[in-house]
Amino acid sequence: MTKVLVLRAPGINCDAEAAEALELAGAKAERVHVNRLAEGSIQLADYGMLLIPGGFAYGDHLGAGRMLAVDLIYRLREDLSRFVADGRPVLGICNGFQVLVKTGLLPSDKVGQATLIDNASGHYECRWIKLGLNSASPCVFTQGLSGTLDLPVGHGEGRFLTDQATLEKLQANNQIVVQYLDQAGQPTMEYPANPNGALNAIAGICNPAGNVFGLMPHPDRAFLPQHHPQWRRRGLDLEGPGMAIFRNGVRAMALV
Amino acid sequence: MSAYLVTVCPREADNHERLYLLAGDLSSEDVQRLTLELLHDPVAHTATWQALDAELAAPKAGALVEIAFRPGVTDNEAETILVGARHIGINGLKQAKTLRRVYVSDVQDEAVLRQFAGEHLLNDLIETAYSTLEARSAERLQFYQHLLQLPAPHTPTITRVALRGVSDSELERISREGILALSLAEMQAVRDYFEDLGRDPTDGELETLAQTWSEHCRHKTFRATISYQQSASDAGIDAALHPALAELNAANGATINGLLNHYLRSATNAVSNEALLSAFVDNAGIVAFDEQYEISFKVETHNHPSALEPFGGANTGVGGVVRDVLGVSAKPIAVTDVLCFGYPDLPESELSQGVLHPRRIREGVVAGVRDYGNKLGIPNVNGAVWYDHGYTANPLVFCGTLGIAPRGSHPRGVQAGDAIVVIGGRTGRDGIHGATFSSVELTHDTAETVGAAVQIGDPVTEKTVIDVLLQARDLGLYSAITDCGAGGLSSAVGEMGEETGAVVELRDVPLKYAGLQPWEIWISEAQERMVVSVPPQNVQPLLDLCHGEDVEATVIGHFTADGVLTVKHNQLTVVELDMAFLHSGGVQFKLNADWQPSPAPAAQPAAIDHNALLKATLSQPIVASNENIVRTYDHEVQAATVLKPLVGVNEDGPGDAGVLQPRVDSNRGVVLGCGLNPLYGKIDPYWMALAAVDEALRNIVAAGGDPEQTWILDNFCWGDPKLPDRLAGLVRASAGCHDAALAYRTPFISGKDSLNNEYRDAEGKRVAIPPTLLISAMALVPDVLQTISMDAKAAGNAIYLVGLTHDERGGAVSGLVGGIDNGNLPKVNLATAPSVHKAMHAAIRANSVRSCHDLSEGGLAVAAAEMAFAGGFGLSLELSAVPTSSSLSADALLWSESTTRFLVEVEPAQTANFEAQLNNIAYAKIGQVLAEPRLIINDLAGQPIIDSDLASLKAAWQA
Repeated sequence: MTKVLVLRAPGINCDAEAAEALELAGAKAERVHVNRLAEGSIQLADYGMLLIPGGFAYGDHLGAGRMLAVDLIYRLREDLSRFVADGRPVLGICNGFQVLVKTGLLPSDKVGQATLIDNASGHYECRWIKLGLNSASPCVFTQGLSGTLDLPVGHGEGRFLTDQATLEKLQANNQIVVQYLDQAGQPTMEYPANPNGALNAIAGICNPAGNVFGLMPHPDRAFLPQHHPQWRRRGLDLEGPGMAIFRNGVRAMALV
Repeated sequence: MSAYLVTVCPREADNHERLYLLAGDLSSEDVQRLTLELLHDPVAHTATWQALDAELAAPKAGALVEIAFRPGVTDNEAETILVGARHIGINGLKQAKTLRRVYVSDVQDEAVLRQFAGEHLLNDLIETAYSTLEARSAERLQFYQHLLQLPAPHTPTITRVALRGVSDSELERISREGILALSLAEMQAVRDYFEDLGRDPTDGELETLAQTWSEHCRHKTFRATISYQQSASDAGIDAALHPALAELNAANGATINGLLNHYLRSATNAVSNEALLSAFVDNAGIVAFDEQYEISFKVETHNHPSALEPFGGANTGVGGVVRDVLGVSAKPIAVTDVLCFGYPDLPESELSQGVLHPRRIREGVVAGVRDYGNKLGIPNVNGAVWYDHGYTANPLVFCGTLGIAPRGSHPRGVQAGDAIVVIGGRTGRDGIHGATFSSVELTHDTAETVGAAVQIGDPVTEKTVIDVLLQARDLGLYSAITDCGAGGLSSAVGEMGEETGAVVELRDVPLKYAGLQPWEIWISEAQERMVVSVPPQNVQPLLDLCHGEDVEATVIGHFTADGVLTVKHNQLTVVELDMAFLHSGGVQFKLNADWQPSPAPAAQPAAIDHNALLKATLSQPIVASNENIVRTYDHEVQAATVLKPLVGVNEDGPGDAGVLQPRVDSNRGVVLGCGLNPLYGKIDPYWMALAAVDEALRNIVAAGGDPEQTWILDNFCWGDPKLPDRLAGLVRASAGCHDAALAYRTPFISGKDSLNNEYRDAEGKRVAIPPTLLISAMALVPDVLQTISMDAKAAGNAIYLVGLTHDERGGAVSGLVGGIDNGNLPKVNLATAPSVHKAMHAAIRANSVRSCHDLSEGGLAVAAAEMAFAGGFGLSLELSAVPTSSSLSADALLWSESTTRFLVEVEPAQTANFEAQLNNIAYAKIGQVLAEPRLIINDLAGQPIIDSDLASLKAAWQA
């Protein structure tokens, strides 16, 4: 199956570019409103991959991603659980990551293990950052990738937070997929390389099976080479740095 | 009905807590579930809840303030709680209120606490607070119950205003006390109309006329006949290049038949081109992007509301101009903001009563722009911030929106019988009198008299409206569309039905709460509403589309063929007016303008330490980095921003323009720039206008935009145009716009004026803003890969200066911090400037340019410093090489703000190619890029006049 469902909901605003990136990666992307899934006129099971894009779902009132998470839990819990259990890829970008954490699909099928709160800086931040990839992670979206990745962030509530036990489990399972790096290439707590003060410099995590991936940075804003802020200085790459993630997702979807 | 209080505390130590009041048919299990599943995040917070009728548990000890929106003010989070409760199956929740509790340390006095809260924690206009040194249960309970009180039901009534036969002074009183902002002549016209009808007007009719005839909606000053005089003529003007200025120079003055037609529209008509699809008639100007798409651009101001409630004012300013672009059926793809504030270091003691401190205004305005743009998911790619003491009481907030639509997809065909459908937000009392309020000067007690004019935005509702309307456009469901902006439904329906007539039933308009009188429903400027005209067969499909995405859409009437505007509330007739009178019955103003040139200031003799002056100029807020503002705006969303606002090796240098690539499948791009300099406006608005147009074009050209594929917008912000000196400046600025548009062949496609930006303090002293003109420019570029940035790229490259330097330090920003302001305003040379722009563009298109930065505030010294520290490479420059037409001092060469100049970096292998593009253009190679991070500028004798490491220059700029 090569169809990707790009979820729309009130306040989601990165669905169009996510769909464009997926199409460039060879998928067929359909932007579907959450109400169509809830009423059953469109079935999640007909899709090979789910992408929850960025934005401010329901205004992010009551906490980023919270309301859409509640909506998904109450109206689509079984469909979503089955989708994940089937091993189909799920990608949550920025607000989508917040939604996945608050539904409990991340880190692992239980609500209330982790959260994303206000940036330590106290304000919204839009900038390009450098990510380190964990090549040992089971994440299907980063298979075969290693080294670093430049991507933009744009968020006010990206500070990943969890308890010590959960953090250790995340490390043991290689669920920490991407971390914010400093100029020396080390995971960092220093602002602005770590733009939000995330615990352990965590920028994105996956579930233990590796098919659910959420991250604060935006690969969907980095799929063309000219999206990169340094192309006028360094020359144009063949494609944007975010494309690898979408291509991996599409490849993984075809294997399920 | 039962009521509960939920308290949410962050686990990390913090002086803030969130409180929620919940009321309805709620069991304690319901409240427990709401608390656990909606209102708190167990990883980050702890939460408690209790019934509101019991003894309230005491908060932490110490002084505290609890703040909530006043009843009737939009509380978006509370609305979300109601939606969330339905999602989790709790339908008994009827009312929610959010509060924030702030603990304040080191306060022992109630009055001091109240004052602190008023100055730092809340805006009294929209919020109410309970502050105490020691919380008492009974007082708190009373406060909460007050917040939950519902407006009393009432009977809708129509009041008739006795207008027939009343005296002129009585007419003036009615206009003033009703905040109608109508002149005596206009009130007389209204009186005569109703005398002919043999009845008195209703409150709704008078309000409808006041909205429709408001300065905001009708631009009366820009349509007025103006008699212009000046005390001295401008010397040495070439009438062929400056036709409008030459006309003003006529010995016995000039008569101008409407600034809009005489200057702006006539210029556009003279230089219009094939790509221009709509200028001055739609909600936004529209040009062809390519064969398939069209681009629209509109810039608005939201000044008065931002003075009173900075966050809400700026927030709804963005929301409003986005709806303008939606009003031409376009998808919003970029926002811009240009902000003018008083100086942030103004001592509190110099602040007039009732005026918020510039720091607080800036903080609120920036947060408001950020909140709305980010939540809509529209990148903010261009803007500027200016400071002047004249903006302390009257800040300016310019908000722009760029849109894209398939060509020809915007319908403009209202038919009799089409339904009138209002889509989006509900109508409340917010924004009553916004259109007329913008036409009166602010005073120390304006906040109290027109508090309702302040609106709170709800960006998510607007986003859902955009989502459904773009689908409705593609499905061809509506026959016309307009935004519900100033004047509310009265303006929207009145304009759409101008040629047909309309009947509206106000009973059907969805309301936020009970208690609105019919006239209030009719003119409310509640946000996030659009009005569409829908052919009968499309009504149900449109309603289904909207309801399928949780967007409220309601039929409130239909268009007719009788040429009458009829508004009903059940059996009551609220309005019955001829469209012809409503739209053409106004009065054309006759105004006088008298220009008295300001004498040039005496040049101050001074020995200048140029290194110190450079740092001081870089630190001057007008020049200094805005990164702390720009970073909080999303400039990447929609994945189209291919030249960011911040550029360079560390992505923190001041980019000249934003470049967008709106379509993935085409490298065609749009470049956005702007020009504004009120320091010039204080000396002569004519030359300010030329400089602003040139600056906007320089921004465009420096980034690689095509000056021959550029369209511009005007936004005038001025003082009271009834005062002849203020109006004379406005005339000269408009004349400048005309002459510039002709010379550069850049059509104006849209514009707006915000007049009466004056403040009268408690002593009656009047302060006007400096004459302010914003020129926004939009250009096309065939390939975004041929756009460039301003940061120096590599050591060894040559640095050129393109364009002539004159001794023009009048209004120079360096003059504010220790340099010399010699009174010589930069005067654009219209004979040569267009060819300089074209040649620079040709050089960039020939791929001969590595970087390009335009010279503006701070002249050569600042431009060179910025180019160097943005790139992380030093520059070595020779003032002796700078092209001039006469010999100039080093002071002048460094600090002059002569227009039409570019600093250009060229690789050695490209210098011949570059120079070949600059035929007949003044230019010179003035230096080179250094590996060492130093800025070295040598004087005419070859001695360093500036020699500074880049780190300290950058630190000054970022301070």
